[in-house]
Amino acid sequence: MKVTYNEKDKSLTLQITEEIDHHYAEKIRTRADFEIQKYIPKKLILDFSKVNFMDSAGIGMILGRYKMMTMFGGSMNMTNVAPNVKKVFEMSGILKIIPIIEEVGGTEIGKCI
Amino acid sequence: MENVYENKMTLEFLSKSSNEAFARITVASFASQLDPSIEEISDIKTAVSEAVTNSIIHGYEDKTGIIKIECILFANSIEIIITDNGKGIENIEKAKEPLYTTKPELERSGMGFTIMENFMDSLKIESVLGVGTKVTMKKVIKDLKKSND
Ligand SMILES: Nc1ncnc2c1ncn2[C@@H]1O[C@H](COP(=O)(O)OP(=O)(O)O)[C@@H](O)[C@H]1O
Ligand SMILES: [Mg+2]
Repeated sequence: MKVTYNEKDKSLTLQITEEIDHHYAEKIRTRADFEIQKYIPKKLILDFSKVNFMDSAGIGMILGRYKMMTMFGGSMNMTNVAPNVKKVFEMSGILKIIPIIEEVGGTEIGKCI
Repeated sequence: MENVYENKMTLEFLSKSSNEAFARITVASFASQLDPSIEEISDIKTAVSEAVTNSIIHGYEDKTGIIKIECILFANSIEIIITDNGKGIENIEKAKEPLYTTKPELERSGMGFTIMENFMDSLKIESVLGVGTKVTMKKVIKDLKKSND
């Protein structure tokens, strides 16, 4: 996992570098929770640019982190989502509460849900 | 001529979570003989991952058992049968409902069967309490791409 914290807007970006299944979700969850509790960010961005596989274990793992972010009063987004990963998100309805944003060089240019 | 198959393979492995990737990659690689599209391959990988994970966390829970995968290739489709000898499903109709899970404490989403059903062309679940569960899925590989080759 690649971790980037932006002090200015208090945003934490977690770039996930594993395939997201039941086996790896556990590992990703532990690390994500550690980083979230360390920074208590206003905004959490999950970067999927390195994720080429995700099954429903990803949905549970992401909703768990979302609950933690709402507890801290922060928001959450996802970015750089491959079509096959998006298909799993679409099936679950999760995009209604955690939108996909477009990012170019770390700057948001617009929303595409 | 549905029962005339072109190829077949069987895989058996222990119900360890480290085998989830191995199982889906092996099935995907066997299915590639049918020249599927990237989307079809990814649908198959996801469905296999769901079924194998279910056998590991729901079927065998904390015990270790054998998971068996049979793959049968037909001219333009693949049949995948995933079997465990775990605890079985009490109510299959309920288990198939979106968001239904018996393990919310493990952050399960209850979307496994919904994904299998939607990503594949057919899904059949057979289960006997205390005996095990057998999931049979079929995927038709569209001919479109083949005629272009
Ligand atoms: N192989 C299996 N053995 C025993 N129970 C199972 C099996 N597969 C699924 N189930 C039951 O069906 C429910 C729904 O499965 P699924 O849709 O994959 O959701 P999840 O895995 O997120 O709980 C599970 O919570 C479990 O109770
Ligand atoms: Mg499941």
